Amino acid sequence: MDVTIPILILAIPLFMFVFLGLTGMKMSHKVAGILGTCGMGTVLVLAYYTAFQYFFSGADIFINGAGERLQYLVFDQTWLQFTENLVIKLGFLLDPISAMMLVVITTISFMVHLYSMGYMRDHHGVYEHGFQRFYAFLSLFSFSMLGLVVAPNIFQMYIFWELVGASSYLLIGFYYTKPSAVSASKKAFIVTRFADLGFLIGILTLSWYTGTFNFTELTSIPVEGMAGVSQVNIGTAEYVRGIFANSAAPTFMGASVLTWALVLIFMGGMGKSAMMPLHIWLPDAMEGPTPVSALIHAATMVVAGVYLVARLFPLYLMEEAALDIIVVVGAVTALYAAMVACTQLDIKRVLAFSTISQIAFMMVSLGVARPEFHHGLGYMASMFHLFTHAMFKALLFLCAGALIHAIGSNNYTEMHGLRKHMPITHVAFLIGCLAIAGIIPFAGFFSKDEILTACFGHSIFWYIWMSAVAGLTAFYMFRLYYLIFWWKEHKTPEGHHAPHDQPWTMTLPLVILSVVSCVAGFVPFGNLVTWNGHPMFESVDFFTNLKALDWSVASISLLVALAAIGLATVMYRKENALPSKMRNALPALWTWCFHRFYFDELYMFITHRIIFGCISRPLAWFDRHVIDGTMDAFATITNKASEVIKPLQSGQIQMYVWYYLVGALLLGGITALCVI
Amino acid sequence: MEITAIYYLVPALVMFCCGVYGFITRKNMIAMLISLELMLNAVDINFVVFNRYLYPEQMEGMFFTLFAIAIAAAETALAIAIIINIFRAAKNIDVRSLNEMKF
Amino acid sequence: MESVGSIILYFIVALSMIVFSVMAVTTRKILRAATYLLFTLFAAAVVYFMLDYEFLGAVQIAVYAGGIVVLFVFAILLTSKPGDNTERLTSKSRFLGGLAAVATLALAGYALVSRCSMAFASKPVMEAPDMQSVGEALLGSGHGEYLLPFEAVSVLLLACIIGGVVVARKR
Repeated sequence: MDVTIPILILAIPLFMFVFLGLTGMKMSHKVAGILGTCGMGTVLVLAYYTAFQYFFSGADIFINGAGERLQYLVFDQTWLQFTENLVIKLGFLLDPISAMMLVVITTISFMVHLYSMGYMRDHHGVYEHGFQRFYAFLSLFSFSMLGLVVAPNIFQMYIFWELVGASSYLLIGFYYTKPSAVSASKKAFIVTRFADLGFLIGILTLSWYTGTFNFTELTSIPVEGMAGVSQVNIGTAEYVRGIFANSAAPTFMGASVLTWALVLIFMGGMGKSAMMPLHIWLPDAMEGPTPVSALIHAATMVVAGVYLVARLFPLYLMEEAALDIIVVVGAVTALYAAMVACTQLDIKRVLAFSTISQIAFMMVSLGVARPEFHHGLGYMASMFHLFTHAMFKALLFLCAGALIHAIGSNNYTEMHGLRKHMPITHVAFLIGCLAIAGIIPFAGFFSKDEILTACFGHSIFWYIWMSAVAGLTAFYMFRLYYLIFWWKEHKTPEGHHAPHDQPWTMTLPLVILSVVSCVAGFVPFGNLVTWNGHPMFESVDFFTNLKALDWSVASISLLVALAAIGLATVMYRKENALPSKMRNALPALWTWCFHRFYFDELYMFITHRIIFGCISRPLAWFDRHVIDGTMDAFATITNKASEVIKPLQSGQIQMYVWYYLVGALLLGGITALCVI
Repeated sequence: MEITAIYYLVPALVMFCCGVYGFITRKNMIAMLISLELMLNAVDINFVVFNRYLYPEQMEGMFFTLFAIAIAAAETALAIAIIINIFRAAKNIDVRSLNEMKF
Repeated sequence: MESVGSIILYFIVALSMIVFSVMAVTTRKILRAATYLLFTLFAAAVVYFMLDYEFLGAVQIAVYAGGIVVLFVFAILLTSKPGDNTERLTSKSRFLGGLAAVATLALAGYALVSRCSMAFASKPVMEAPDMQSVGEALLGSGHGEYLLPFEAVSVLLLACIIGGVVVARKR
């Protein structure tokens, strides 16, 4: 395969970042926006072409005789060679998940580029301050995210992982004159950096024991022990397993080193993917412009943690303990976020918590995936959900952006009854809600159903748990929907225009993403993305997914979703007293949910009271009085001594000669006495 | 009577001590410079004498003296330029009047 | 064993060296001090000749006696009127200067005497270096040859010329 196109996929966004960043202020807002969008459009076409080639060309570098998809290294250049073994390479790896992520990232990124042309200006058509900077940062983010997903080794992934974090920081803090945006960006950066510390330690531990950074070598699937799975790559996996399974392998606090490495790497993923208890940054990250929330904090960056676990999935399979941890963290997070989302008042926060919950779904799905059950259905379901969720969550965020743009507030108590004013947004939002709630035939139904099936195959407990969360999802999404679009008549405040649908640059992405959300569920994912590249279906047509459904699971989840939607309809379709009654019935629960279970307060307590109060303050005192005091004493002594010896500088040259002569004679005398 | 190295070294030493005396006592800057030249010459003589008496097959001492003479010439020229400049500013060349550079 | 002539010459030179250097630092007339310095320099040149370094002696006369002393004389004439006496030295400063000189003399003399075997070594036979070997040593770059210091000194002299012009010119 030609390397030009993969290189261009990475180079164009990077060039756009540099170009717009350096010369953006010299050009008009519109030109900068069009340039950025065109650049992203080119990348979109190239990425689609690459993914198409990978999935459908049937070339023998991508797919072998048995119909299994292979990993293909487009290029892999040595970047830094520290020692013979420690080599950092930069490359471009094509495999099912990276090809799928290329499609997701470029699609959403292009939509957001287009959408921002309309969003980042006020009602009089005046562009916002820093519009060019915004596009430069968007390009930087796209570059970093693309580099992350195509990384063929864990170190390159880490580099781009941090770049993604940095660009997320820049974009959350885009309105840098707003104190809340500044603190939100700092919070996001610090929390994810803290998680990345674990990630880095995990990487180092893993590569110290395996001697390699490469994913291909780390995750090649061993031959034995897996029924129905043939060999894909012969690499060092058996060697890896040998090292870690060796009874002499080092252990730490009762767990093997491999478990520790995998859990630490998962910690990095927890930070980026906002798993509890490291989720606190994501709701605050909504301070950024809404298109940014759609791109980074819903569709692409936050699924990086899921992607990381999926990348290393064969390694995780070796340690079921790590997978169990993932299941527990994911399930708890899913329930927590769904409960909190039921009570929030800010439209973007509801969507943020919904994102946390949905990502937790993906995590759980990965955690319950086992090769024995339907060829690792959970893995496929997780990636499928990642794909569909990116589409409909971006759609929901862009709708939210349109609403916020029209109303000028995030608070949806000011939005009631908008369905007549903004029909397109209304329909698009409804499609997004149906998709996330899991109503057939929208995209979310299929992916969520696969996840629930995978849970069912793993353990009945987690199946019931996740079904309940799915019901909650449907409930809070339709609560949001009714409160925005129905509830009561919209009253436009005095002196404002009545809200209306937006210009085509904002509407077109909504329409496209709505269509995608309707049909994405029919993509035969089981044949495209599986954990070992082995296709799940013998033959494929448009209704493959429908036929493959496990109807016992699907009908139950459908019933749960419909019941939740019905409940939401009863409670929120018209203004009534039911919600407040319910709130009064369970005041403690409602308060805890509304305050997000006091997680922020807990963190504040830990950082301010314990870390700052008990550790930092004594250290500061020590620094100020002991260390600084010592240095000050040196300075004072020097100063005093200088005052004393200052008169020796009399300005009389012959006095200096005297000093010199006496010194020289003394030295000469001492030398003479000692030597002779 | 044989003229050994010390026969040359002792007059050079006396010359050096004269230079030290003059450099410390004289207030006229040109007189100080003259004392300086005396000291320099005493050292030059020492170099040459040691070269001649101890290492006659080499020429290090002689060349050292040669370069020292060149540098002395340069140094004297500059010093005299400075002295003339000071004379222009202060109307005398008494070293005691030059105490501007004290603390 | 030296010839009688050279012994007599030595005594004349040593005596004049000591006497003229003492007079150079004690006379109150500055122009005379310069003249006594000139005689001392001549004596040093004669020492170089006696030690078979003819080239060095010639340089001493040409540069020191011919160049530097003339420079002194010019400077003296520029900065003082003829017949000016410098002020009489106080006995205190004279005492202190003498003390310094005697201390130096004592220290150096002690060092000299303690190395008497070296100090009383007889003069070895040496073929006087001819001009060709001196020139080759001055412009060669091998061991015991001095191209680099030669060039460095040439640059130094250039810098000195420029510096002298800059410092002394009228502003």
